Amino acid sequence: MHPQRKQRLNLILFLVAAVAIAVGLAMYSLSQNINLFQTPTQIAAGEVAPGVTIRAGGLVVDGSVERDTEGLGVTFRVTDGQAQVPMVYEGILPDLFREGQGIVALGQLNHDGVFVASEVLAKHDENYMPPEVQEALEKAHQDGKASMVEAAGATNG
Amino acid sequence: MSINPLFWPELGQLALILSLVMAALQVVIPLVGVQRGQWWLMGYARPLAVGQALFLVISLLMLTWGFLQDDFSVAYVAANSNSQLPTPYKISAVWGAHEGSLLLWVTMLGLWGVAVALLSRSLPLDMVARVLSIMGMISVGFILFTIETSNPFERLLPSPPQDGGDLNPLLQDFGLIVHPPTLYMGYVGLSVAFAFALAALMSGRLDAAWARWSRPWTTAAWIFLTIGIALGSWWAYYELGWGGWWFWDPVENASLMPWLVATALLHSLAVTEKRGLFKSWTVLLAIFAFSLSLLGTFLVRSGVLTSVHAFASDPERGVFILALLGICVGGSLLLYALKAPTVASVGRYELVSRETFLLLNNLVLMVMALAVLTGTLYPLVYDFMGLGKLSVGAAWFNAMFVPLTVALSVLMGIGAMVRWKSDKWSRMATILWIAGITAVVFALGVSLVLSGTVKGGVLLGLAVSAWLIVATLADVWKKSRGQIGRISGLGWSYLGMVLAHVGVGITIIGVTMVANYSIEKSVRIAPGQVETLGDYQFEFVQAGTIEGPNYTSQATRFNLLKDGRVIEVLTAEKRRYHARNSIMTEAAIDASLWRDIYVSMGEPLAGGAWAMRLQVKPFMRWVWLGAIFMSLGGLLAVLDKRYRKQRHSEAKTAAKAQGAAS
Repeated sequence: MHPQRKQRLNLILFLVAAVAIAVGLAMYSLSQNINLFQTPTQIAAGEVAPGVTIRAGGLVVDGSVERDTEGLGVTFRVTDGQAQVPMVYEGILPDLFREGQGIVALGQLNHDGVFVASEVLAKHDENYMPPEVQEALEKAHQDGKASMVEAAGATNG
Repeated sequence: MSINPLFWPELGQLALILSLVMAALQVVIPLVGVQRGQWWLMGYARPLAVGQALFLVISLLMLTWGFLQDDFSVAYVAANSNSQLPTPYKISAVWGAHEGSLLLWVTMLGLWGVAVALLSRSLPLDMVARVLSIMGMISVGFILFTIETSNPFERLLPSPPQDGGDLNPLLQDFGLIVHPPTLYMGYVGLSVAFAFALAALMSGRLDAAWARWSRPWTTAAWIFLTIGIALGSWWAYYELGWGGWWFWDPVENASLMPWLVATALLHSLAVTEKRGLFKSWTVLLAIFAFSLSLLGTFLVRSGVLTSVHAFASDPERGVFILALLGICVGGSLLLYALKAPTVASVGRYELVSRETFLLLNNLVLMVMALAVLTGTLYPLVYDFMGLGKLSVGAAWFNAMFVPLTVALSVLMGIGAMVRWKSDKWSRMATILWIAGITAVVFALGVSLVLSGTVKGGVLLGLAVSAWLIVATLADVWKKSRGQIGRISGLGWSYLGMVLAHVGVGITIIGVTMVANYSIEKSVRIAPGQVETLGDYQFEFVQAGTIEGPNYTSQATRFNLLKDGRVIEVLTAEKRRYHARNSIMTEAAIDASLWRDIYVSMGEPLAGGAWAMRLQVKPFMRWVWLGAIFMSLGGLLAVLDKRYRKQRHSEAKTAAKAQGAAS
């Protein structure tokens, strides 16, 4: 083979190999860095292992927000209408965080079933509902109806 | 004679429809002229482009007039303005939401068309006709989209509201007056490069002359994109109240992807112009760059993303833009598939040559763009397949970008000095050794002085930026033989490149420092108390209220102390906007070249205390300073003499290139 061509072939092979390795690493790393959204119902049902970083969200339950008297710790509960998840957070909450508002938090479940949030997101618009939360609410609502129908069927039978 | 101002929306609407007619004629007439070889028909391209833009400008002015007049009988004005809104924001509210920003988008497209029409005297008329015809097609698509799905002139009759719903408070800010128009200029400007590429494909004249025509346009669009992205980052930094300057938010990614591809395109165009190589690749990049701009528009405007920028989710709009995107990408790739195989790149180059380094540069930039695309679309695909909702963390994007940026910087240092066709390592050895040693010493030194320890990330970031800057400047020194007087003679294009590359180095230094040495703390603090962070003390002086024109804010005043001396008084605010009853955090920032002090308010706590976020961010300004360097570099390159001289020599060059290619 012409030496120059051989050189070019080597370059191409090298590039292909490099790209293949890069893509492989990128996809592996991607699978390590995705944060799945889990609804309160899923968390309450024990579908989420403690220590795994996930996103969880729902409506902040009325009367559930409690600030520590010292420091910036806060505890609250979120719900999708079916189940509730207790959350703790240390730090500054977003402007639109308030009771009844839809929020999404990033964090991990601890062994007591409390969600330890490292980040709490609420969007800058009070009419805005995070789509994840919207879907979770609708799903919980439908499941609720289905189980009521089942229950009704059971009493009738 | 006076026109009843009541009819301004109808006038605006009429102007918009007339611009659509003009755009449609601009598509058809010049192309028919090209087809039949009739020059007088091609000659209509320029006046039609001007006419189209004129009506678009009238339309935009009418909408602006409506905002200034507080005409709440128009739905868009009623939704996005308020009688209490300060006048500058009434103007920026024109592009504060979907409908108006789309009108701005098409108006800018029209204005780019005018620029092409006026600044293309040196181009053969048939090329001008093709280019403007293609730009007309894009106009038709987007003006139709505006009229059909997003008409900003729709009326709320017979019972208009008393007052408007106000502009989203997030957008009531100087950054938002300038950020969207700049970014749009960049997005839309890439349509010129796209139109040039398609015109060249259609005519089969994919030659050096085409690359030379296309280059300044691409660079101009790239400058706007660069400034637009930097402005967006700066705005997010001071307005969102978290002190973050880049969130890997899908909307940010939507602007970064076209920028990365446009950067690749700039470099590939250089090879095509100078050496007649990479032709099909360059065309493909031009198509990708504009397609990604459209994809960005789709992602932002269709509401498929969860983001503050997704003003409304309206499936009809999403489908329309997706169709436009499909036609545009599909059509251009089809044309490419039909025509590109006939394009042959002639010319050889060795392994050690500028061609190789620019090829590698393109490769890295494309991998970067692909990484951003993957990370942005992955959640959408995952959701679409019914697998659930997820988000890709910033950690992943950072993990992708750090090694790629390192590779890119190392290549840049060499690529700028290596010769075309073939070069020898030995020729560059001295400079490369100097740059390499300086880089390592500088990185070790800074990181030891600042923190006493060596952090891998800091070392890497500082070393590659020092390498890049030193190698680039050493090349200037070598080329000018150490004489300042000779520097200006090196050519504006070259100096532009130097400036832009140094800018990249400056941004990398900024990112490295702010990512590794920022300190922050969230505290509970009451008036009279002092908090220490790094070398600084923050003394909470007092809390109070401030009355703004359309908001009331709770404010906190801090003394910033260093070595026991007050160096600055900082006032952070939390504003409640009356019309929407929404709250905005206004951070107090003390900015300087070496560090930013960032104070933002959280929530009020018991006993007059506040939750406050305090941050010290070293080298924050460098992140954007680098972008200013890059833009100035681009400007120098656009103003290079050879683009102004080309009028006379163009025909000759084109003929010669034609001869050489066949």
